Amino acid sequence: MTPFPFSAIVGQDEMKTAMILTAVDPRIGGVLVFGDRGTGKSTAVRALAALLPPIEAVQGCPVNSATAADCPDWFTPKDSATETRQTPVVDLPLGVSEDRVTGALDIERALTSGEKAFAPGLLARANRGYLYIDEVNLLEDHIVDLLLDVAQSGQNVVERDGLSIRHAAKFVLVGSGNPEEGELRPQLLDRFGLSVEVRSPDDIETRVEVIRRRDAYENNHETFMAEWHPKDAALRAKIVAARQGLMAVKSTSIALYDCAAICLALGADGLRGELTLLRAARALAAFEGATELTRAHIRAVAPMALRHRLRRDPLDEAGSTTRVARQLAEVLP
Amino acid sequence: MALDASSDNDRPGPAPGTPWANAQLALALLAINPQGLGGLWLMARAGPMRDRLLAQLAAFAPQRLHPAMPPDSLAGGMDIAETLLAQAPRWRPGLLAKGGWAVLSSAERTSAATAAMILDQARKSCATGQPTALVALDESATEAEALPSPLAEALGLFADLDGLALADCPEAALPMDKITAAQAILGGVTLAEDALAAIAETCQILGIASPRAALFCIAAARAHAALHGRHVTTAKDLEIAAALALAHRATRQPEAPQDQAPTPPEASPSPPPPPPQADNAQDRAAQDAPAQDTTADAPQPDPATTEMLIASAQAALPHDLLARLQAGRIARQMAKGAAGAGARQASQHRGRPLPPRSGRPGTGQRVDIFATLRQAAPWQKIRRAAVQAAQGTAGPQLLIWPRDIQLKRFQARQERALFFLVDASGSAAVARLAEAKGAIELMLAQAYARRDHVALITFRGTQAELALPPTRALVQAKRRLAGLPGGGATPLAGALDMARACVAQARARGQTPALAVLTDGRGNIALDGSANRQAAQADTTRMAQALRAMRVPALVLDTSMRPRPDVQTLATALGAELVRLPRADAQGLSATLGAALGRDMA
Repeated sequence: MTPFPFSAIVGQDEMKTAMILTAVDPRIGGVLVFGDRGTGKSTAVRALAALLPPIEAVQGCPVNSATAADCPDWFTPKDSATETRQTPVVDLPLGVSEDRVTGALDIERALTSGEKAFAPGLLARANRGYLYIDEVNLLEDHIVDLLLDVAQSGQNVVERDGLSIRHAAKFVLVGSGNPEEGELRPQLLDRFGLSVEVRSPDDIETRVEVIRRRDAYENNHETFMAEWHPKDAALRAKIVAARQGLMAVKSTSIALYDCAAICLALGADGLRGELTLLRAARALAAFEGATELTRAHIRAVAPMALRHRLRRDPLDEAGSTTRVARQLAEVLP
Repeated sequence: MALDASSDNDRPGPAPGTPWANAQLALALLAINPQGLGGLWLMARAGPMRDRLLAQLAAFAPQRLHPAMPPDSLAGGMDIAETLLAQAPRWRPGLLAKGGWAVLSSAERTSAATAAMILDQARKSCATGQPTALVALDESATEAEALPSPLAEALGLFADLDGLALADCPEAALPMDKITAAQAILGGVTLAEDALAAIAETCQILGIASPRAALFCIAAARAHAALHGRHVTTAKDLEIAAALALAHRATRQPEAPQDQAPTPPEASPSPPPPPPQADNAQDRAAQDAPAQDTTADAPQPDPATTEMLIASAQAALPHDLLARLQAGRIARQMAKGAAGAGARQASQHRGRPLPPRSGRPGTGQRVDIFATLRQAAPWQKIRRAAVQAAQGTAGPQLLIWPRDIQLKRFQARQERALFFLVDASGSAAVARLAEAKGAIELMLAQAYARRDHVALITFRGTQAELALPPTRALVQAKRRLAGLPGGGATPLAGALDMARACVAQARARGQTPALAVLTDGRGNIALDGSANRQAAQADTTRMAQALRAMRVPALVLDTSMRPRPDVQTLATALGAELVRLPRADAQGLSATLGAALGRDMA
């Protein structure tokens, strides 16, 4: 069944914006979605991937390489023919083992033909797409470390079982979870580009709308998809245009100064905050069709780009969203 | 038959809402619409009633699942022993690959990881058009046990067989012809006009946040309508769906005082004013206040329908069940991190590598290929000769026999669960409670850095209380601590007794427990609750020694104003290090703590 249309997701605008921004510029570096169950987190990821234009990949390539030259050395394509693939969305289940993630020795071939071959893992499949981890806060720490490392470097390096393998693994990491059930280490938090908080709608009207659309999607599929197709298509066109327009967005030195000022005022660690803020703001500007980065863009994305980077006392209860908002009002009026 | 009685719309059947009838009906609905309903959460201990219910599934040969199932048998994979014997790859499909019925026994013991894997498999089977109907048998006996929340969330229906007598449970069989007929028309069943609004409002009033619950309710209503050959759902369908799909997710009783005061069903001449349409969702996100605009022309739920749904949900839900589920839900939320990460099986998958060991593959362990080849290598010449002699042919190049197989082993670093026993009694509280809180916060910050689980046991008055079960969510710990009242007697023995139970539980989860006791050592409430200082002292010493016998690393922080022998006695009985709090500055305390509690840690 085709995934739920992205445009048909009710409310949750911050989450949708964050995901669209990563689609415009994957270098922003992933989204962390914290909030209740059943708020459309996984629906949004799948919907977004389905919305994006399909990718061209070399036939049979396990890492979705765009051209034969991009293929890793352990895979020899038959020819340079490409095929059209849906933007991949790979689910990373909680109990996953490390070799399923990174890939490992192909036991079948090792046993039957004595060959030392590589069986690609989830990271290979997620290349040029999305890697979605539900309950990222409950995932084993060492797997999270590994994922963030790969997400950052864009390359998966396997040095195990006598294998020495590397391949491209550029994906947008989307993690979700419920902070009540356990927290992410701060070191891991700030490796995610954007973070958003979602909550269940608390008014009947919205809830009815959520259920109505979902119900129509499940039981009246054709009609429902046909109804939303134009909106999704318009959104896709906008994202594609934004990707092309991204390089043309001018960032003035005032904008750069603004980014630095707000990060400084918030005491966000490292330079990653500034860079992400700038990239996200540029992506937003491109998405809105602007040619120049303005303070409004920065203000709009600052909460999602910064709220998880604040240096904080782990026991401090003051909401970081509030802190960002307060500083924004002060520093970037 | 219970099913017919419960489902006939016109005839007032005998007790349509009995637990047994509900369970019967749940199975039938699940059979009709496994795709939409996912599964059944069946609260039932092993016993003849449960057997009688499940016997109806026998014809479908349900898959048997259990929580200790290794991932490779759940998800499928290569059968290595078979592969070696056959000299050709042999694959085993995942257990849920073909969909159909699956019964998960002892579901409350399922780890978050196994639950995730089961759900993943079920989702895949759904995607291939062979949906899985999962029946999770919840045998929880205590509040600490509960279904992992992702599993509970994914099971659409709920039924409870607890407390039923066999006489209440007449023999029954699934009405297969009706189910088949229902499946045929299920796709064409539409919802009655105001059903959506009524369900949404019911969810709201029962405090059910996840929209998934409402979708399950709709799926159940559809299935029930189809079961009766109806093409449009009726009030009756919704009523039954609410009882089976919504009741157990309720987080509050409708008639109880409500924090955000949704209109109570009886007193609602008109439903709450609907907020504006979905377009200004930004406004809502910005300021979660429900708007008072009534211009929307959305269908309004009929108050009578909503009222009926709530009544139905309530009828299906004994008061103690709600309390039990809530307790379980909270305990589950608290223990969630533990359930996911502290699994004992983990030592087969992660941690520091140990030398491989020979063994049988397929029990969730990983084969160390190189060690296996190394093991097989010296025997090749002899084996080839043996094969030549036996079969007259040369056989394959490489002869690996099952006994060559070496398994990988890992030494997992165990997680630590740090239990704080905080004396909030009058003798300790007034002067020292603030200081004790400060010390705990310091230790919490340290625990945070080390990814420890922390738990809080407080004691005052007549009993000890597990104020916070082991969790990594430190904000929770801080909150509980801040709200900790002081005053009253000192049930120290009771607190130690509770600590003993907690320690055992933590060990069962694969964690390494440690204790930090903050007290002035003057226990004056005995284990039986009497205010007898002498008995209290004796009990305290006995409990402390019992803890010592469990070899739990412990630390006692003396919170009394002047040094007393009581605390020293306690520390000696516990085998714990004693730290005088007034003198312990932040740095010193931190160092002492690390030294005292860290010594037995990996």
